[in-house]
Amino acid sequence: MSIAFAIILVTIVGLLGAVILVLAAKYMHVEEDPRVGEITACLPGANCGGCGYAGCADYAKAVVESGAPVNKCAVGGAACAAQIAQVMGVEAGASVKTWAVVGCQGEDGVCKSKFEYQGISSCAAAAQLYGGPSACAFGCIGLGDCVKACQFGAIEVVNGKARVNADKCVGCGACKAACPKKIIWMHSEPKKPVVMCANHELGAKVIKECTAGCIACHLCEKNCPEQAIKVVNNVARIDYSKCTGCGTCIEKCPKKVIKMPADIQ
Amino acid sequence: MANLLYIFFTMVLVQNYVLVKFLGICPFLGVSKKLDSAVGMSLAVIFVMVLATAVTWPLYALVLEPNGLGYLQTIVFIIVIAVLVQFIEIVLHKYMVGLYNSLGVYLPLITTNCCVLGVTILNFTNGYNYVESLFCAAGSGAGFMLAMVLFSGVRKRVDAGNPPECFKGLPITLVAAAITSLSFMGFGGIMSSIFGIAA
Repeated sequence: MSIAFAIILVTIVGLLGAVILVLAAKYMHVEEDPRVGEITACLPGANCGGCGYAGCADYAKAVVESGAPVNKCAVGGAACAAQIAQVMGVEAGASVKTWAVVGCQGEDGVCKSKFEYQGISSCAAAAQLYGGPSACAFGCIGLGDCVKACQFGAIEVVNGKARVNADKCVGCGACKAACPKKIIWMHSEPKKPVVMCANHELGAKVIKECTAGCIACHLCEKNCPEQAIKVVNNVARIDYSKCTGCGTCIEKCPKKVIKMPADIQ
Repeated sequence: MANLLYIFFTMVLVQNYVLVKFLGICPFLGVSKKLDSAVGMSLAVIFVMVLATAVTWPLYALVLEPNGLGYLQTIVFIIVIAVLVQFIEIVLHKYMVGLYNSLGVYLPLITTNCCVLGVTILNFTNGYNYVESLFCAAGSGAGFMLAMVLFSGVRKRVDAGNPPECFKGLPITLVAAAITSLSFMGFGGIMSSIFGIAA
């Protein structure tokens, strides 16, 4: 008898719970904008955070609810922006291809080393030890923190220096955030040159450390027809709003520090 | 009042559910990677523990116990807690969107978590009355939060380290959890001295 009562009791509890949940789901249902789901489906789902939001779903929500631009996804590119625009019923706008550039040419043999590093295999750890094993305190350490950060396999360490595969790179900027030397920058001008050095020391010291470093000779600055290059803190910097991509600086640079994106290895 | 505070702090320090009773280890290891998610999860656990106790205590004392069905408590409590958590999730989503956004992700995770079930069942093992049970549940939740917050700090250091290959990931985390749990043994007996109540 008590078994029968136990079965009946558990059944009643279960049924009661089910009824409560069904009624709750029916009467307290929250209307979610179906476009959020549709846009999330358009996005690549890498959750890389390159758009500046917490993940793909968060970005989709921002597009629908607070009118975020539809072309923020660097991974999906123009195709993805067009799909989102279709869902939202707006114009896509141009999605600019952006990729990472490692602003350093200090490969093994080009840049000297200060000491032999045998610690944890991480640039962040090595950088805390006298600025890292490389003679140049501003250059690539080559232990691959950027490689670990990249979700797209677009970056690898070759000959002791990180190298970006621009075709694979989606421009999310994860490597830029991971680099303790801050020498990775985002570039979006395929026809305009890049300064491949970040060394702020005087020329004489740079020559002792690295054969491919900017020595702040000002030749690029003097010869640039558009005055687009300035040597700031002993290293050349290009103002891309003025640069026309004529390539004069590339010819004049005695150290071959300035290069076209296509020539960067 | 001293008795209630005694129960609360005993649950936080001496009888900590995670580090002393070893219940709720799954969220403890899973969600303690980041401080903010650890806090969010813990708040949800406190919330659910108190509500689950508030519902299950009368159910046991008024329905199960008088009919000699005390042995059904595990099954019935699981059903009731699961329904309760889902129901709360729906209500929060509808009426308290801010709270839903901060707790909503964690609520389904603790639907039938063993530390929630553990609190409701151990309330009767300890012979607590209704108010004592609620304080016990709040204290257990606060103890869970203490363990989560402490351990998310430990975890940050452990993850930055470079242990041998075979220890990477969960093994070294479990070793760290064991040491953290060992440190809580130091609280044994401290409560009865403070509140002057024989344990």
